[in-house]
Amino acid sequence: MGITATPEENAIHPDLALIERVKAGDLAAFEQLMRQYDRQIFRIALHITQNREDAEDIVQDTFFKAFQKLEQFQGNSKFYTWLVRIAVNESLMRLRKRKAQRTVSMDEDIQTEEGSIPRDFADWMPNPEQNYNQAELRAILRKTIQGLPPGFRTVFALRDIDGLSTEETAQALNLSVPAVKSRLLRARLQLRERLSRYFRVPTGEQA
Amino acid sequence: MNCTEFLANLTDYFDASTAEALREELKQHMEGCNHCTVTLNTTRQTIEIYRNEELFELPEPIRQKLHHAVLSKCAEKLKRRKAAQP
Repeated sequence: MGITATPEENAIHPDLALIERVKAGDLAAFEQLMRQYDRQIFRIALHITQNREDAEDIVQDTFFKAFQKLEQFQGNSKFYTWLVRIAVNESLMRLRKRKAQRTVSMDEDIQTEEGSIPRDFADWMPNPEQNYNQAELRAILRKTIQGLPPGFRTVFALRDIDGLSTEETAQALNLSVPAVKSRLLRARLQLRERLSRYFRVPTGEQA
Repeated sequence: MNCTEFLANLTDYFDASTAEALREELKQHMEGCNHCTVTLNTTRQTIEIYRNEELFELPEPIRQKLHHAVLSKCAEKLKRRKAAQP
């Protein structure tokens, strides 16, 4: 979806009806919204902070803030995108607190060329993920994404894991579309390069 | 199109909205370039693997605890709002 929603999308997004009920004081409607989005918000918060306790707190703070500010939600973006924006801000705040000495910002350009230029051109095994059990695979994926700068892994998490569009990701992170694209490319390439160590066809077996 | 240009357009390749002409150019480049073909295929796999794995699960008891905490704060807020109304 672009910045301007198509009439179909505007027509009756089920969230809008729930939001109206919440505004009238219906907490069951708010619980429904939480059930709908809490897992994604938790995942995004955890991707940014890499800390489970923080991510749980962020889920709480995000939904409570959303409840308090609901009057400000104009409906010109999706409720979920609006929610993500709150969650990203909360997550960055926590991250800054933890790393008091280091500035953490989403709009600062990350000056690292590491992994931006592909070096590993080995093909991967067919269905490489099947060579690991689920726990091993998840550990590899977590470790790999943790190595990315927060600004990269957040863009990757929103765009590729969560499935937000480039425009929605830009809105949620307060970045320009070209900035999102450039970060996404570098995040994808860095992850690819690092995963290659685990998934490449073993030397000697290549055609 | 050379490899640097290919790389710069790699992200657009995965977007369904990418113009057919550009997609064609990228395809043409891949026909003669094994490195870029591998880069594109393994990047696609990277995205798919991450998308298919639920890395961070939120267990049901924790969900319920969080919902409860948020809803009690909201109820408190509503109460105060009502009390403030004339």
